Amino acid sequence: MNDVVPPSIAVEARGASKVFSRGKPNQVVALENIDLSVRRGGFVSLIGPSGCGKSTLLRLMAGLVPATEGEMLVNGKSADQARRDRDYGMAFQSASLFDWRTVARNIELPLELLGWSKAQRADRTKEMLNLVQLSEFAEHYPNQLSGGMQQRVAIARALSFEPSILLMDEPFGALDEMTREHMQAELLRIWGDTQTSVVFVTHSIPEAVFLAQRVIVMSPRPGRIIADIHVDLGSRDVDTREDPEFFRKITEVREALRAIEGH
Amino acid sequence: MNNPRLRAIAPALIVGIGGLVLWELVLTVLNPQAFVLPRPSVIAGKVVEQWSTIVTATRSTGFVAVTGLIAGAFFGVVVAVLVSRFRLVSEAVTPLAVAVNAIPIIALAPIFNFWFGLRSPRSNQGIVVLLVFFPVFVNTVRGLTEVHQGQLDLMESFAATKWETLKQVRIPNALPYLFTSLKIASSLAVIAAIVAEYFGGDQAALGQLIVQQAALSRYSSAWAGVLAGTLMGMALYLIVVILERRLMPWQVTETERPGG
Repeated sequence: MNDVVPPSIAVEARGASKVFSRGKPNQVVALENIDLSVRRGGFVSLIGPSGCGKSTLLRLMAGLVPATEGEMLVNGKSADQARRDRDYGMAFQSASLFDWRTVARNIELPLELLGWSKAQRADRTKEMLNLVQLSEFAEHYPNQLSGGMQQRVAIARALSFEPSILLMDEPFGALDEMTREHMQAELLRIWGDTQTSVVFVTHSIPEAVFLAQRVIVMSPRPGRIIADIHVDLGSRDVDTREDPEFFRKITEVREALRAIEGH
Repeated sequence: MNNPRLRAIAPALIVGIGGLVLWELVLTVLNPQAFVLPRPSVIAGKVVEQWSTIVTATRSTGFVAVTGLIAGAFFGVVVAVLVSRFRLVSEAVTPLAVAVNAIPIIALAPIFNFWFGLRSPRSNQGIVVLLVFFPVFVNTVRGLTEVHQGQLDLMESFAATKWETLKQVRIPNALPYLFTSLKIASSLAVIAAIVAEYFGGDQAALGQLIVQQAALSRYSSAWAGVLAGTLMGMALYLIVVILERRLMPWQVTETERPGG
């Protein structure tokens, strides 16, 4: 069971299961026997109807909840160890920025916790603000920013300490369609610049296909992987959204999801 | 009226002054006996006439109210932090705090006078501390515990310790709750100090002044004492508001959202 994970693999689930309230009448099998490996530098989307355990799978990868059975390995170690080693950054649907910190101070919070010096933090924060194109907003408070800008700050914060993995839970779920497409392009640009491995939870089919090299389709009760669809669209741009291959992949994902409703 | 600050306070100012003028006029026209309700001009006259007595009394009561407020708020915050941080402390302290709050605290004043000495300010300070403690404690606990789950997950993903999460997330999150409770507590502190003084403590204090003047049927002087207490309560409230703005600059910034 404890085979060494090759360094080319960022995240590996081996027969991972998660049962909540085990043995009680309200027992829920959130995830059942998940096998999945995410290649280093890869971009994987997790999609499925609500209750399919995609967010739980992400929390398992983050070491925020332990697996009931099986293993979750991140950078070849336990997810919990990877968490303590700050191997990944995380972003959620609610940007979860701290209202009482300016944009710059939100971005540097993880660096502060890591004990970086003030000068080091200032340098990195400047870099990150450039990356997400919010340099003029360094001294603003989060409640002065639009939803899309808040998400960019959250992404900058997640990447500030250069984690090798980025875990994202429906980060663009609350944004309008236009902002959403803009943010998707931004994320791909950042991904290209940083070589980070990304696991991206979403409930939007076009979003999953547009972003990822692989779309993992999950079914609920119990949460299982029912399809693993490889998307080969090359480098994405505005035209990708009108590419016939893009539509073919959307259809493929939609049919996989429809098969769930079938039974 | 181009000054925006002036414009903000103008309605209250007009209503306030209008009310005083109305009070003065109605009493002048109806001419009831002066001890029922003196005219504002008479009360103001008493304040001028007995200026030094009132200033001394206000200073004495102010000392009790302010020191009691600070100590009560301090204990409230410290106990709230311990309760939110350690489950065992919470289980031990919370029911006790609720029980203490059920005591009619003002009713303890004569007993405190016996403990600390009839003329000691300690007993009245004790009353203020007890009265201030509870709202500060309850509100601060709420602020420390009602934190967005996403923010807690995030801190855990940074492998932050519990103390780091307390310092970086829970305490800043509790500040608005703390200030809400301090606004209540600031008025409460003045009321508690004055009422406690009815029973004992420094004789040259507002509570004693009001009781003594009322007993001698000098009602306009008693009203002058009430006025001093009111101004003190307002001043304390204002100080809390100023502190709130200083310590929470993110709350008062304009919430204009640029596009994008």
